[in-house]
Amino acid sequence: MLIRVPPSSRALESEVTPESVYLSRRKLMQGSLALAAMTAMPGLASADTPGVYADVEPSKAPGWFQEKLAAARWQAITAEGESITPFKDATHYNNFYEFGTGKGDPAANAGKLQVEPWTVMVDGEVSKPGRYSIEDLVKPHAFEERIYRLRCVEAWSMVIPWLGFPLADLLKQVDPTSSARYVRFETLVDRERMPGQRSGFSLIDWPYVEGLRLDEAMHPLAFMAVGMYGRVLPNQNGAPLRLVVPWKYGFKSIKSIVRISLVEEAPKTTWERIAPNEYGFYANVNPQVDHPRWSQATERRLPSGLFSPNVIDTRMFNGYEEVADLYAGMDLARYY
Amino acid sequence: MRYRLWRFGVFLAASVPPLYWLYCAAFNLLGPDPGKALVDNLGLGALILLLITLAMTPLQQLTRWGGWIAVRRQLGLWCFAYAALHLSGYVLFIAGLRLELVLRDLSERPYIIVGALAFVGLLMLAVTSNRFSIRRLGRKWKTLHRLVYIILLLALLHMLWVVRADLGEWLAYALMGGGLLLTRVSVVASGLQRAGALCRENPKKVEI
Repeated sequence: MLIRVPPSSRALESEVTPESVYLSRRKLMQGSLALAAMTAMPGLASADTPGVYADVEPSKAPGWFQEKLAAARWQAITAEGESITPFKDATHYNNFYEFGTGKGDPAANAGKLQVEPWTVMVDGEVSKPGRYSIEDLVKPHAFEERIYRLRCVEAWSMVIPWLGFPLADLLKQVDPTSSARYVRFETLVDRERMPGQRSGFSLIDWPYVEGLRLDEAMHPLAFMAVGMYGRVLPNQNGAPLRLVVPWKYGFKSIKSIVRISLVEEAPKTTWERIAPNEYGFYANVNPQVDHPRWSQATERRLPSGLFSPNVIDTRMFNGYEEVADLYAGMDLARYY
Repeated sequence: MRYRLWRFGVFLAASVPPLYWLYCAAFNLLGPDPGKALVDNLGLGALILLLITLAMTPLQQLTRWGGWIAVRRQLGLWCFAYAALHLSGYVLFIAGLRLELVLRDLSERPYIIVGALAFVGLLMLAVTSNRFSIRRLGRKWKTLHRLVYIILLLALLHMLWVVRADLGEWLAYALMGGGLLLTRVSVVASGLQRAGALCRENPKKVEI
């Protein structure tokens, strides 16, 4: 007998949106797309993004985003019926230390970030290195929407619908050589527009650096996001291109990427450099391994009310247990 | 009672922030994690009140105005009240009333232990802040209340251990705390008193 264990992130039959609803939403989106295209005649390259989620601020999206949106595969992965964090919270409660250490700083300060034009340097152990424009990086890939849980190392969490494509697709596009073992990512340095980088008391040595082992990066759940909530990424959420690794703490999901390097040695990541005893390279969500300064056994799923604190148990790998194979035989208390 | 209006003003000023935060929380103005925001605000509020309390003595030395000392105990008690709310907020909002988590934090996390020690210190000072205790403890009272300096250092350490990547804000409070501790060095204290006397003798000269 063949026993099949479905991955825990797979939607149940009962959770699948009925076709009629699905189709009617598609219709709605097509309608609003057409409307947007009409209202945006003067600026042909950009148009208002249609909204599928409540209270989503309208935005001007670049052409490369707009072109892909119509054919996007919506809800390719869902978060098992969990309610989605309101757009306002997901965009006004952020860690993006380039814009300040307060949770409201990114929303307040990221407006000046220049996201167009945007290029990403791809180098190291790849057969197609070079400086890619964001258009060229995105063009070959179809958009998918993935609703992922996001668990911050600070013990809060959200549920966010991302738009983008698998990181594996991007890596195949640039074709790593056989000696590539790790992927190293870098965030923009722009002291003029990123006030956090001007702070004289910051412990961070800019640029912000993150990394994954190549097999982690090739895992189908590792995702490159260019949008969220059916629209283009807001600057404070890492526009125009960010990583989303849902089974790891949020700081691994590096924002506003300007450089991707395929390397042989494990890159020294920003948080490892600041406090290696607190933030390891792997940073897998693990309720059994506490941060030295606080417990990771529970999390506050936001929004959390003052008189109804939404404290829930943290799940191993943030509930994405299908990644466990990547760490077979590893002591995750040592490789935290 | 002297300085009645002044005392009442200080009472009002100290009670406004918690009420304001509660109002913000009720109207969703504290963001999606209001419990955490409230705990953070109350903790920082307690530290600021501790610094203000400690500023009363040097201010009195400098100005010779009795009003500073008249509100010192009240401010100390406010600091205790903020700290007590900070602690209850942590138990309620961060630990979600799961006592096993609180106990684990208390046995494993240095910054929680340090914070708890500071709170126990404040509690000791608060319960001995009444006239009866002052009379009963006699000389020992003064020795006991010197604990406040240790509490300040513990509170600063507690805050330092929460900092993740930017020391700027912490440094500002640490410098203020350090400055206030310096005024307790006898040379500095008598210097302050002399400066205060000088101001009173030649008020015009200082104004220029």
